[in-house]
Amino acid sequence: MKATDLRGKTAIVGVGLGGLPSAPNRSSMEIQTEAVHRALADAGLKPGDVDGLFTGSSHAFMPALSTAEYLGIRPKISDTTMIGGSSFIGHLLPAAMALQYGLCDVALICYGSNQGSGFGKLKSMSEPQTYEAPYDPRHPITSYALAAARHMHQFGTRREDLAEVAVAARRWAQLNPLAFARDDLTIEQVMAARMVNDPLSTLDCCLVTDGGGALVLVRSERAKDFPRPPVYMLGTAMAHWHRQISSMPDLTVTAAAESGPRAFAMAGLTPADVDVVELYDAFTINTILFLEDLGFCAKGEGGAFVRNGRIAPGGNLPVNTNGGGLSCCHPGMYGTFLLIEAVQQLRGEAGARQVDNTHIALCHGNGGVLSSQVTALLGDASTL
Amino acid sequence: MSNLFSGPGPDAVFAAALAEGRFMLQQCDDCKKHVFYPRVLCPHCGSPKLAWQPASGQGTVYSTTVVRRKPEQGGDYNVALVDLHEGPRMMSRVDGLSPHEVVIGMAVRAKIIDEPKKGKLLVFMPAQGGVA
Repeated sequence: MKATDLRGKTAIVGVGLGGLPSAPNRSSMEIQTEAVHRALADAGLKPGDVDGLFTGSSHAFMPALSTAEYLGIRPKISDTTMIGGSSFIGHLLPAAMALQYGLCDVALICYGSNQGSGFGKLKSMSEPQTYEAPYDPRHPITSYALAAARHMHQFGTRREDLAEVAVAARRWAQLNPLAFARDDLTIEQVMAARMVNDPLSTLDCCLVTDGGGALVLVRSERAKDFPRPPVYMLGTAMAHWHRQISSMPDLTVTAAAESGPRAFAMAGLTPADVDVVELYDAFTINTILFLEDLGFCAKGEGGAFVRNGRIAPGGNLPVNTNGGGLSCCHPGMYGTFLLIEAVQQLRGEAGARQVDNTHIALCHGNGGVLSSQVTALLGDASTL
Repeated sequence: MSNLFSGPGPDAVFAAALAEGRFMLQQCDDCKKHVFYPRVLCPHCGSPKLAWQPASGQGTVYSTTVVRRKPEQGGDYNVALVDLHEGPRMMSRVDGLSPHEVVIGMAVRAKIIDEPKKGKLLVFMPAQGGVA
């Protein structure tokens, strides 16, 4: 038995979004349920067909119980592993295992949050860290600012390079009618925005929006029984090396340097095989770190890599094609949205932002303060 | 070696020493590496044989940021990661100069101050003699 046994064995047969671009006066559960309804309808299923539940929340202490009760379903297996925003990509692994072992037949991954309208800022159940809290770091931006400062010091990465990431995300968002931030944006505007934690300005930070996402998964042997083209899980791997930024061994190298190669090995692929890249861009530095750690460029060269629109529409490498957490949506935990955008690209249903000839997508989730890293490779039927 | 599975735990021992103005670090009797934050098992080798030692207080700024804050709320302040001479890294703050003047690579020395509302707080000051 080995990890590669799971390659291609699980299919995503339904996806749904909810609450985008904003959902005032709607609860997190209502937004999540809108996404679940759309995903189930996409798969031609009803809530009662779901017997495996994989979810997480910043609002509910026991989110599987709340979600199952609300939907009126009776799961045979649930998992709510909480590793931050990457959790939902991480849920691909227990969902795939549960399906493969027959512990369930229809797995639902879901999330919903009204952080944009309901709170207007990041809501988190995260506990203060005893040995960091006395210095009043602003969670989570101070940690990402420390990583960005170190990357700039060590490799000569420039604030303009960070701004390039924000501008590329905005240009993708302008092609996505569901994206929250679609106004024109220039590098100069990002550079001139109010500084929050040096070297990160307000426009280096992800949005705080409403939003929900849901995915329906089944064993691949059944995938052709569903109405939409199936998308297959080719490889998924998780790694985490720290909880708080002061315990991160090297602030310029994330655990994506481990999760990426393991996911590629499981899928039998390399970065050169990837057609679209969806990276968890909580802050602009994330995109640069993950492009390096996942092998799209060498360590330290991420800043130069993104210059001149390389990851923007029309560039060599399409990255964050929905507009990302920076410009599409970020309702606190962004993992489901990475997967859903990849599925839509692989199905060829991404409208004005569709990348031609897309067969393989990489999704990379981040959680905590560059803490948990989960890489997933998804493919269409041609990749099996 | 103290018994770390009974009596006040390492968190309490560290806090009690700090309250008396002393900065203590753990060192593993087995692998000899220093440990911060305080633990009951060495994160390097898994040994429970962690012994307390006075820290040298010498360090180098590994990364730094200025947390921007309105003047009426107290103004901008520094948050830094400091690599201790003994090896471990910790979050802290560099005092004694503008938060904007703290730079990566700066040699710093620990100082325990009385912080309003917080009591004893371990911060760092620029060390004499420049870069570490």
